[in-house]
Amino acid sequence: MKYMLLICGDESAAAHADEGCGGWSEEMLRRGVLQGGAGLRPPADATTVRVRDDKVVLSDGPFAETKEQIGGFCLIECADLDEAIEVAAKHPAAAYGTIEIRPIWPA
Amino acid sequence: MTTEVDAAVARAFTAEWGQVVATLIRLTGDWDLAEECAQDAFTLALRRWPGDGIPNRPGAWLTTVARNRATDRLRREAVGAAKLREAGLLEVAAMSPEPEPGHDGGVPDDRLRLMFTCCHPALALESQVALTLRTLAGLTTAEIARAFLVGEQTMSKRLTRAKQKIRHAGIPYRVPPAHLLPERMPAVLAVLYLLFNEGYSATAGAGLLRRDLGAEAIRLARVLVRLMPGEPEGAGLLALMLLHDARRDARLDDAGDMVTLEDQDRGRWDSAKIAEGVGLLDGALRRGRPGPYQVQAAIAACHATATDAARTDWAQIAALYGTLTRLVPSPVVELNRAVAVGMARGPPAGLALVEALEASGTLPGYHLLPATRADLLRRLGRTAEAAAAYREALDLASVPGAATDTERRHLSRRLAETTAAS
Repeated sequence: MKYMLLICGDESAAAHADEGCGGWSEEMLRRGVLQGGAGLRPPADATTVRVRDDKVVLSDGPFAETKEQIGGFCLIECADLDEAIEVAAKHPAAAYGTIEIRPIWPA
Repeated sequence: MTTEVDAAVARAFTAEWGQVVATLIRLTGDWDLAEECAQDAFTLALRRWPGDGIPNRPGAWLTTVARNRATDRLRREAVGAAKLREAGLLEVAAMSPEPEPGHDGGVPDDRLRLMFTCCHPALALESQVALTLRTLAGLTTAEIARAFLVGEQTMSKRLTRAKQKIRHAGIPYRVPPAHLLPERMPAVLAVLYLLFNEGYSATAGAGLLRRDLGAEAIRLARVLVRLMPGEPEGAGLLALMLLHDARRDARLDDAGDMVTLEDQDRGRWDSAKIAEGVGLLDGALRRGRPGPYQVQAAIAACHATATDAARTDWAQIAALYGTLTRLVPSPVVELNRAVAVGMARGPPAGLALVEALEASGTLPGYHLLPATRADLLRRLGRTAEAAAAYREALDLASVPGAATDTERRHLSRRLAETTAAS
């Protein structure tokens, strides 16, 4: 099964941006789990797009002003949710932020 | 003959429903299909058994019928190669019904697999309980809704959403590997205990005892304990259930009315179950990792091993409730502690704790709160106040789903006694 890991954190999580993943990516690539992903620049650099009445409406900032924001994402392939939980729990960001596991619609 | 068959099907339903559904889920991976085919099998039993006779192994008969029904339905619904392959796989699986050995080396129990999946922590607790009661115990959606005081439609949606999440999120259908068991156990224990209590005090039904549901909880707990001999809380829970279960026959008189612990005929307690429960508890406590189930079992053991009510070690029980309050703070536990303190140090001490609880307002609408106050007032000879409190308890118990008929009759009887005496 394919899952998206959405790595979320509050402002303090930005302090960890340059820390890397402490071997997590290497392990998950070796296991054939990690299929893609990236870290995101902070929400301050975000632009939100909506199309309303055929007009493109832009706004500055993230789509929802919440305390926790998405700071990165990974696409993983796992046997089941238990493996996805194990993979997410190993990610260093799980120790200071929150990781949401979202199953992906089958293609 | 028909009544005999009806009774046999009813017995098979309580005993085999969970096993049939669990096996069908393993074979098909489709929870709804599993439930429907199990239902079909029981319907067919009602039709066939009067003519063909009751099979020697009703469970095997039902599982075979349900499995054949699933194969038929998958084949009929097969529109593409994938579905056909599924039907093919099903036939292969049907020839070897136990595909893989468990990690403990023994034969995996499908019901245990179903139990761990229903109690997966990625599901909300209320969904875990509802799913277990539906798929393992075979309660209807309406019965579960009544037990949780929600509408049938709400419960139906909750069950559908939970099954959807299992499928969409890829929650595995298995007993977790050894390293995951310690973190997955508490949810299973909580749900098992709830299931046992559903059997013991039957929130929904008119009768106080639903023996088979309690027996099912005990059976599943035995499998758990066998699988995890090093987990003292599992043994604690099994001990607790056995110690309660031992008193089953003495809880109702010949008229079907509730008999309080104090007045129960201790000769009717099941001494073999008590001995087994106490033995399990001793073994668990020796591991030196006490938990809420072990403490509750210790309380039950104090009652079960007292030769008569007057010899009950209430001081010890009150102390154990104190420990329990520290482990799992809860107003219901505090209410039980009040009862024990009332017995150990006299009704005024218990009454003070009950009044403090009432003042805190943490148990609104809970009929056992005024019922406990009423009992203490009655023992103090304050009969008029006791009668008023019994009346209050009875009013709360009359809310649909709040209490069983047996409990209501008991409160009515006490109300009549105290009214007459005051």
